[in-house]
Amino acid sequence: MAIGIEVDGIEKTFFVAEKETGVLGAIRGLFNRRYRRLKALDSLSFSIQSGEMIGFIGPNGAGKSTTIKILSGILLPDKGKCEVLGITPWENRISHVSRIGVVFGQRTQLWWDLPVIESFELLRDIYRVPNERYRQNLDELSQMLDLTSIFNIPVRQLSLGQRMRCDLTAALLHSPSILFLDEPTIGLDAPSKLAVRGFLSRLNKTLGTTIIITTHDLDDIESLCKRVLVINSGRLLFDGCLEDLRKSFFRERRLKIDFDECNSDFHVLDLKIVSREGNRIIFSFDPESISAPVLIQKIAEKHNIRDIFVENPPIEEVISRLYHDSNK
Amino acid sequence: MKDLRLYFRLVSVSIKSQMEYRASFLMTSFGNFLLTGIDFVGVWVLFSRFGKLKDWSLPEAAILYGIINMGFALSEAVFRGFDTFDRMVKSGDFDRVLLRPRNTVIQILGQELQMMRIGRFSQGLAVILWGGLKLKIFFSIPCLALLLFAILGSAALFSGLFVLQATLSFWTIDSLEIVNTVTYGGVETAQFPLSIYNRWFRGFFTFVIPLACINYFPAHAILGKKDVLGYPEFFGWVSPFFGFAFLWFCFKIWEFGVRNYKSTGS
Repeated sequence: MAIGIEVDGIEKTFFVAEKETGVLGAIRGLFNRRYRRLKALDSLSFSIQSGEMIGFIGPNGAGKSTTIKILSGILLPDKGKCEVLGITPWENRISHVSRIGVVFGQRTQLWWDLPVIESFELLRDIYRVPNERYRQNLDELSQMLDLTSIFNIPVRQLSLGQRMRCDLTAALLHSPSILFLDEPTIGLDAPSKLAVRGFLSRLNKTLGTTIIITTHDLDDIESLCKRVLVINSGRLLFDGCLEDLRKSFFRERRLKIDFDECNSDFHVLDLKIVSREGNRIIFSFDPESISAPVLIQKIAEKHNIRDIFVENPPIEEVISRLYHDSNK
Repeated sequence: MKDLRLYFRLVSVSIKSQMEYRASFLMTSFGNFLLTGIDFVGVWVLFSRFGKLKDWSLPEAAILYGIINMGFALSEAVFRGFDTFDRMVKSGDFDRVLLRPRNTVIQILGQELQMMRIGRFSQGLAVILWGGLKLKIFFSIPCLALLLFAILGSAALFSGLFVLQATLSFWTIDSLEIVNTVTYGGVETAQFPLSIYNRWFRGFFTFVIPLACINYFPAHAILGKKDVLGYPEFFGWVSPFFGFAFLWFCFKIWEFGVRNYKSTGS
């Protein structure tokens, strides 16, 4: 498959003016302002094939938006190379941005006062989409996202879920090969989230659109992305599939048992108790050193068990441990 | 050419959404007419007290007044996007402009054509018509041409200032007041003949911000007056183009600002 995005050692440092406190400090700041260097990206490299669906995650201030801004051509890195579909994004803005689509979950690119359909028509003219292709794209998208009934409603009257569906359509009318999504499910209710996820995975499968999602909602990633890039403090921490991430950073499994009686005596093996709530106790164990069936058997020999669940720890915990370790 | 089509497309959307609130449009336009009209009352009071200012009569000053107000109103309406550009930078909407495959200036101009500025425009027009009728001028083609050049030139000059103000917001958020003293201050200044001011002030508004070129010199040519400052009469014809030269220069600075924005972020 062709390489879609190639990032090689990009670096970016921001200079942030330090604010001094108090009125005197503010006056001093007028004449002699001190700047703090903030390294947003520190030799970041990765490459993405065309047609991939990538989850791009990291804590706040990790450098996610900076990376997206550089990839979309609106910010220049201090150092390093970057090619998107064969061209350097910031060198040829107009031809670059006509091949990508960008959706910000917290901002709309639609015209607030206009009916939805008129925003779409304006975007058609801005992107110079030939009429026939516009018709075709609009038909397809509005069918997939169930939009036809809201075409004539002004954008300001839409619900958040409806607005997000319209924003997705707006970003795709010019058939971009790469779609950047910045927190596309933020604030959405459950059905809308599912609708957006379902749509994205269909888009990726049927049209082969490369999709890059930044999000804090790890369910988005779990249900959509085979591959995740984790960054913190501008450095790449992990690049691979979600399963590997779990394995390499957080091997433990969880065993959740409901006992018949409330017993405090659990010195079976050296099991760690994660939490305890009435008759329900959650243990953690390492599947490499002891297998679940053996463990359960050993517990069942001594205690009456009512119910059992074996689970992976929630992905949130994996990620936060990863962030935590990288900050040390 | 295609950009021009996009401009009209965007602007027609802006006008349409302003017309949705018709009562509001009518009220603000009328308010703008009255509010800016108070300036002329000030001019009138001054002349009725002193009779003449450096051999300028009130109807003659009305020509200066009309040119500058009509030009400024045009500029305020058309360059509204640049006037409020600091908000675009703050909200991150400028990023959206950069993400679209079209000329950024066209997109910013297309943002809004502020129709209520018709208040100041018609007020300036009324004053200039009154002055013209009183002096019995304007009824020749050259006179109308001079007037048109001067109005367009002053619109270009103020637009340049709006572009400059927008460019500043790439670096700082709150220093727009500095530019306001030159835009609004410039309008106030140019409502009176330049010859009443002192030397360095005249110099500033002739050579740094070429305010004299788009109003004082053309007004001499229109009125057939001899300039007490000794500038030749053909200046009235050529100088309005300094307004456009100024606008062009400001766009160059703007481009530099955009490049800086792309390398520093916000």
